Amino acid sequence: MESAFIIETIIKILVVLGLFSALAGFGTYVERKVLAFMQRRLGPMHVGPYGILQVLADGIKLFTKEDFIPQGANRIIFMIAPIITAATAFIAMAAIPMFPEFTIGGYTVKPIISDINVGLLFVLGVMATGLYGPLLAGMASGNKWSLLGAARTAIQYLSYEVVTGLSILAPVMIVGSLSLIDFNNYQSGGVSDWLIWKQPVAFILFLIAGFAETNRTPFDLLEHEAEVISGYATEYSGMRWGLFFIGEYANMFTIGFLVSLIFLGGFNDLWFIPGAIAILLKVFFFFFLFLWTRASWPHIRPDQLMWLCWKVLMPIAVINVVITGIVMMF
Amino acid sequence: MDMLQQFQNRYVSNGYYKVKIEPYPKTPWEKFKRVVKRSLNYELFVGLKITLREMIRFNIHTVQYPKEKLPIGPRYRAIHRLLRLLESGNERCIGCGLCEKICIANCIRIDTKVDENGRKVPTEYTINFGRCIFCGYCAEVCPELAIVHGGDYENASEQRAHFALKEDMLTPLDKLKEQKEFPGFGAPTPEADRLIKKTPLAY
Repeated sequence: MESAFIIETIIKILVVLGLFSALAGFGTYVERKVLAFMQRRLGPMHVGPYGILQVLADGIKLFTKEDFIPQGANRIIFMIAPIITAATAFIAMAAIPMFPEFTIGGYTVKPIISDINVGLLFVLGVMATGLYGPLLAGMASGNKWSLLGAARTAIQYLSYEVVTGLSILAPVMIVGSLSLIDFNNYQSGGVSDWLIWKQPVAFILFLIAGFAETNRTPFDLLEHEAEVISGYATEYSGMRWGLFFIGEYANMFTIGFLVSLIFLGGFNDLWFIPGAIAILLKVFFFFFLFLWTRASWPHIRPDQLMWLCWKVLMPIAVINVVITGIVMMF
Repeated sequence: MDMLQQFQNRYVSNGYYKVKIEPYPKTPWEKFKRVVKRSLNYELFVGLKITLREMIRFNIHTVQYPKEKLPIGPRYRAIHRLLRLLESGNERCIGCGLCEKICIANCIRIDTKVDENGRKVPTEYTINFGRCIFCGYCAEVCPELAIVHGGDYENASEQRAHFALKEDMLTPLDKLKEQKEFPGFGAPTPEADRLIKKTPLAY
């Protein structure tokens, strides 16, 4: 029993790690293609059929690049920072149930690495820790642009984290649990049971905070090229930079899974679609949404982000929590 | 051919207009109203709609350059060509040296001689393309339409001296059939005969 559990967990960890590293790589290809099509371009076309091997070419480039640490940088922190981003992105996935349970050869597999009863809190906490990656990277690089990027990381961190926590509070009150499996089971009765109908405001607030959490376009202040070169990642190259990227894409998938699980019925069967495919469709829709907004919307200034989060979204979230409480009481 | 006509149209569009900019909000309440208007008045969603529409229409404008090429304008000024006379195949250049004189980048060099027929011909004709700014003065000043600008713009090479010698630019004798009368930069317009007035001699 014990050894079987350990082996099963290790296999799950390896699958999640390998799968999402590969998906992060493939995500860059999809992003470039989708952005290109939306801008009437073709995107990568030359490496392999329709440029599909561009991922491989980029990987080879990243791995064979010189591992470069600038002279003025704090060596140890500079080296650790990208690992924080990538590691927290993958650790956060430990408490996410990706698929419904399935059976292989009489052995029931739960596709979740660790079903802890505070899963949601764990995921959000670890993802929030991931922001230390850009923060430390920017401060350790010994570069003005990096420092600006780090300062913006701090701003962003202070802004969205409040909204994330408060917006998720109302669904947590309704379900009465922090386990994502409980969230999923709560919505098992079909589309009409989805929490998005009961908590539309919380859904929108959480989605907005999710964009800020993954540094995607309306809130990509950390490394906006036109303003701060590449922000915290200015001095990074090669695989250390690649780790930041893998972390960002893994976070995009994590947010996709979270939103699907909390608000959109998770891995319950959807009409005729089996649950595993249903959740994949939802996650890929949110991944597409990340790219879609990147192609469509401009990004905002740091002061606008703080204004939005503290003066608009946080009051709305608080009111939402209060109203939910009053409705639940009577 | 459509695109070529587009190049030839030298009239600039008259459709310019100034974008109307709303006054900047002053009070916090006005700022808040603007945010509500921009986010809830579907302005954000109009952006999303446009990008999705373009993606579905799939109206791609990319030119996959080495495989596809855009037509260049007839007056395009790329690597020079030295032309021959169409009937006899003799070189058009009479070695007058005007191009060498007028070249503001000072990159043309000519050596000339008088050949056995008593014609003056260039023995060497080189253009240093590292210095040439492709202004087109040489083609414009040439009285014989001997040096013209061709359409070869892909002039990346391992050696700076490539394309620069007389043999590279001169029309080969066996390609004489393919040489067309040059309609481009510095050439007389098609209506030159009609437009030129007789010099009045009686004063």
